[in-house]
Amino acid sequence: MSFLTYLINGLSLGSIYAIIALGYTMVYGIAKMLNFAHGDFIMVGCYVIFTICSTLSGNTIVGIIMAIILCTLLGITTEKVAYRPLRGAASPLAVLITAIGVSYFLENLALLIFGADIKSFSSVIKWSGLSFADGALKIQGVTIVTIAVSVVILIVLQLFIHKTKEGQAMLAVAEDRGAATLMGINVNRTITLTFAIGSALAAVAGALLCSAYPSLSPYTGAMPGIKAFVAAVLGGIGSIPGAMIGGLVLGIIEILSKTYISSQLSDAIVFGILVIVLLVKPTGILGKKIQIKV
Amino acid sequence: MALLDVQNLSVNYGVIKALKGISFHVDKGEIVALIGANGAGKTTTLHTLSGLLKPESGTITYKDQNLVTTPGHKIVSLGMAHVPEGRRVFKDMTVLQNLKMGAYTRKDTAEFQSTLEMVYKRFPRLEERKEQLSGTLSGGEQQMLAMGRALMSHPDIILMDEPSMGLSPIFVNEIFSIIEDVNKDGVTVLLVEQNARKALTIADRAYVLETGSIVKEGNANDLLNDESIRKAYLGE
Repeated sequence: MSFLTYLINGLSLGSIYAIIALGYTMVYGIAKMLNFAHGDFIMVGCYVIFTICSTLSGNTIVGIIMAIILCTLLGITTEKVAYRPLRGAASPLAVLITAIGVSYFLENLALLIFGADIKSFSSVIKWSGLSFADGALKIQGVTIVTIAVSVVILIVLQLFIHKTKEGQAMLAVAEDRGAATLMGINVNRTITLTFAIGSALAAVAGALLCSAYPSLSPYTGAMPGIKAFVAAVLGGIGSIPGAMIGGLVLGIIEILSKTYISSQLSDAIVFGILVIVLLVKPTGILGKKIQIKV
Repeated sequence: MALLDVQNLSVNYGVIKALKGISFHVDKGEIVALIGANGAGKTTTLHTLSGLLKPESGTITYKDQNLVTTPGHKIVSLGMAHVPEGRRVFKDMTVLQNLKMGAYTRKDTAEFQSTLEMVYKRFPRLEERKEQLSGTLSGGEQQMLAMGRALMSHPDIILMDEPSMGLSPIFVNEIFSIIEDVNKDGVTVLLVEQNARKALTIADRAYVLETGSIVKEGNANDLLNDESIRKAYLGE
């Protein structure tokens, strides 16, 4: 029974990674850049919820909605101010380094405003959860909600991409920007929309992450951000179902290796598995073969 | 008044001058061919017309509008469609999804259906394969899809970049006869081709481009019989 509990906890952590990884993978697939500040968008979302819920004594729902709105605006602004001017740059490294710069900027801004001390975050999910088999199997409310939210996000995102005009435009831009422009698609607007969605997802991931692990610091988003990036690569970067699978696999491996092997070694195991997967299948689990034009 | 009028168009790639002040025009209902060797600037010309490239100087006037200042994504809704070199169909999408992308700027669903039927009538093969991923089509079928996709926007003028490239002779003949049909239905065509003989056979007028400049222009028939053209481009 305890194995099942760990497995479910792994699924829950993996769901959070998956939601973050979706942001990474969409931005990579459509804007062809790695937004290394993505993890810090999570942290910003958490501080927004924290501030509204504790200081302004507002309610949780308002906090989450505000976090989603502010993160979306942050994503759009970052793209416009920091990334768009570099889109035609000679080296793709320019935008990558800028993303790392944005990451440090956000972390230090949070440090300046909120200080370095760790804030204790009160869970946005008040439900205590379910108990099965006379209490032998307990599943926390936050665990169930996290898994459910990630499933809903995946379904909605897939429907959006495959059933709406804007979603199809995203696929077109991801494949061939020039041809997409010839169809009348505004490439800049499509990329902005991608950043908006990715950043809104970061806010949702932040709310869930800090509810499951209730300590908040300016570096809260950094490690989950890196792990979600690993998840996106593991699943095949650019692929939405890949991000989901990568996130879940990563979360389960992390929790199981923490439980059964060593909590100190769990990160090493997670990254070790990434190395092995990439050796066997360099494009990730669901990644496409990279075609070289002749 | 020409439908499309280009004056002194210059385009640079960094320090390389790809187009050195070319001028040409296309009248409504014409097929105009732009012929020339590799690297003469043919594709650059079409990319600049569709707003994928910004010119250094010069004017592009289309239906009394200045295209130089029009963003690329707004040009298709003005009635100018572009069938790019190498087809550039969306390979991860089905044939039908590609055709829908072609109608991206059109809002009317009833009109979409009738345009789709028109495209299917012209390219029956696309209807047979509408659910197939377009990356799995043959080169000739992809060319048909790229042309069908452009027609979905209901263009007044269609820019075609090397439609015969890499196709078997049977497909080349088929594609060229479709271009003629499309033109007979009232769509003006600006055709870029390395296959000069084929292009001159169906075109009304033609311009010869050499390293970024127009070196010759005239009636397609006259150019077909021109001694220097025959030597340089028709392999005689």
